[in-house]
Amino acid sequence: MFDVPDDCYYLESHEWYRPADGRVGITDFAQDELGDVVFVELPDDGDELTVDDQFGVVESIKAVSDLYSPVSGTVADTNDTLHDKPELVNDDPFGDGWMLELDDVPEDTVDALLTPEEYREQIE
Amino acid sequence: MGARTPPLRGTHEADGATFTDFGGWEMPVQFEGIRAEHAAVREEAGKFDVSHMGEIRVRGPDADELTSRLTSNDVSALDHGDAQYAAITNDAGAMLDDTVVYRLPESDDDDLLFVPNAGHDDQMYRRWTDHRDEWDLAAEVENVTAEYAMFAVQGPDAPGLVDDLADADLSTLSRFSAQYADVAGVECWVARTGYTGEDGFELVLPAEHAETVWDALDCRPCGLGARDTLRQEYGFLLSGQDFDPETNPRTPVEADIGFAVDVDHDFPGRDVVADQLEHGTDEVFTGLVLTERGVPRHGYEVRADGERIGELTSGTMSPTLDQPIGLGYIDTGYAEDGQGVTVVIRGEEKTAEITTPPFL
Repeated sequence: MFDVPDDCYYLESHEWYRPADGRVGITDFAQDELGDVVFVELPDDGDELTVDDQFGVVESIKAVSDLYSPVSGTVADTNDTLHDKPELVNDDPFGDGWMLELDDVPEDTVDALLTPEEYREQIE
Repeated sequence: MGARTPPLRGTHEADGATFTDFGGWEMPVQFEGIRAEHAAVREEAGKFDVSHMGEIRVRGPDADELTSRLTSNDVSALDHGDAQYAAITNDAGAMLDDTVVYRLPESDDDDLLFVPNAGHDDQMYRRWTDHRDEWDLAAEVENVTAEYAMFAVQGPDAPGLVDDLADADLSTLSRFSAQYADVAGVECWVARTGYTGEDGFELVLPAEHAETVWDALDCRPCGLGARDTLRQEYGFLLSGQDFDPETNPRTPVEADIGFAVDVDHDFPGRDVVADQLEHGTDEVFTGLVLTERGVPRHGYEVRADGERIGELTSGTMSPTLDQPIGLGYIDTGYAEDGQGVTVVIRGEEKTAEITTPPFL
C-alpha cells in the first residue's frame, strides 16, 4: 500500500501540499511509478507560482515528468539536497524528498485540492 | 490485435514486474528497480526474458544464398554453431532491422536461425519468403517465434551459473558461438551472445518449458529498463529508436556497425553502403557525456557553437558511471573524442563532450 499522509492535500497529477510547513513534493505512488529518480529541476527562490503552473521536472532513469504546483504561492525555499541526492524522492517522498516551500498560499487554492481520502480512491 | 505476451507473463507479474509495450509485446520493464537490476548484471548476474525477440528458421539447399542476399554480413563464413551480427537493409542501404544469424548443426543442408527484433518477425518472414519466390530459391522459411521462449543470462557470474545447470561443458563455448545443451533438463540452443556488454548466454528453448529453465536460473530477474541502460553504456543500437526505416533511416555505416558489413557479396543497398565505407558519411552514430546536470534523451538536439550538428536517439543517467550519457547521430566533423558540444534540454544548452562508446 502507498503512503498517503493525512496532513497533506493532493493534485490529480500526484503532487502533495502540506499546509503545516508549506512544503510541496510528489507522492509515494508517483515515485514508485517513476522508478529510480536521477534528476530534479526546481524553480528559483522568489518565483511566483499559481495553481497548476509547471514548476520543475523530475527525471527517473526511464522517464521525464513535469511537476505542477498544487497551490498558488511564492517560492520561499527549495530542497537543494536533491541536486546531489535525487534518490531522496524515492526513499522519503513526504519527508527528506520534499521539493518546495511556499509562502503566501491563499486558502481557497488549498480547498480545491483532493483530500487524502479522495487521493487514495484515485490511486486504488 | 491484442498485445503479444511472453510465455511467463503470469510468473513475472507474481514476481512484482511492471510491464510495458515493446514492439507489440507486453514485456516486464522492471521488477524491483532498474538501478538494482543494472548493478546485478554488472557485478553478479541477471536474467532477462527476451521472448519478444523473433525467431525465423531458414532451411534447405538455398537457405544460405537467400539469407546472404538479404543480410549485410557473409553467412557462408559461418561454421556449424557460429553466430553472426548483421543488418537487414533496404535498397537504399537503410537498416530495416539488425539481427543475429546462427548456423544450426542439425543437418547437412543449410540450416539457419535468425533473430529479428520485437514485432519484426512477420515482416522478416514475408521478406524472406517473397524474395525466395522472386529469386526461385529452394528454402523453407518458418516463423517459429511463438514456439520459443528466449532468455538472456548476463553478468560475470552468468557463465558459471548456466554451466552448472547444463549437461555439456559450456564454459569453453567461445563468444558468438552456440550449441544445443540440456539446461535444467530442457534442450536449449545456448549462445554466448548478449546485449549488455557482459559475458553470458542467450538461450532459445521450447515455450512449454520456459518456467522450468527460468526458475532454475538462480539470479536476479531483470526487465527491459535495465537492458536499455546496460546496452546504452556499451553503445549498442536499439532498433526502432537508434534507427528506424520510417522515422530515422540509417545505413550500417552511419550506425557505426561497418564491422557487420561484407561488401564482397550482394545485398540490398550494397552499392550505397560500399560507397560510404570508402568515402565516409555526413553523420555517424556516436556518444556523449553531459558535463552539466541533466539527462539527455531521445530527440534532443546537439549543437556546436550554437549550430545544430546532430540529434540524440538514446540517453539516460548511466547507473554504473552515475553520469548522464547519450547516443545519437553527429556531424562527422565533430564526432571526435573530447569535442565540446551542447545538448538542448528544455530550451537550455547544457555542455557535453563527445565520447565514443563504450562508455565503460
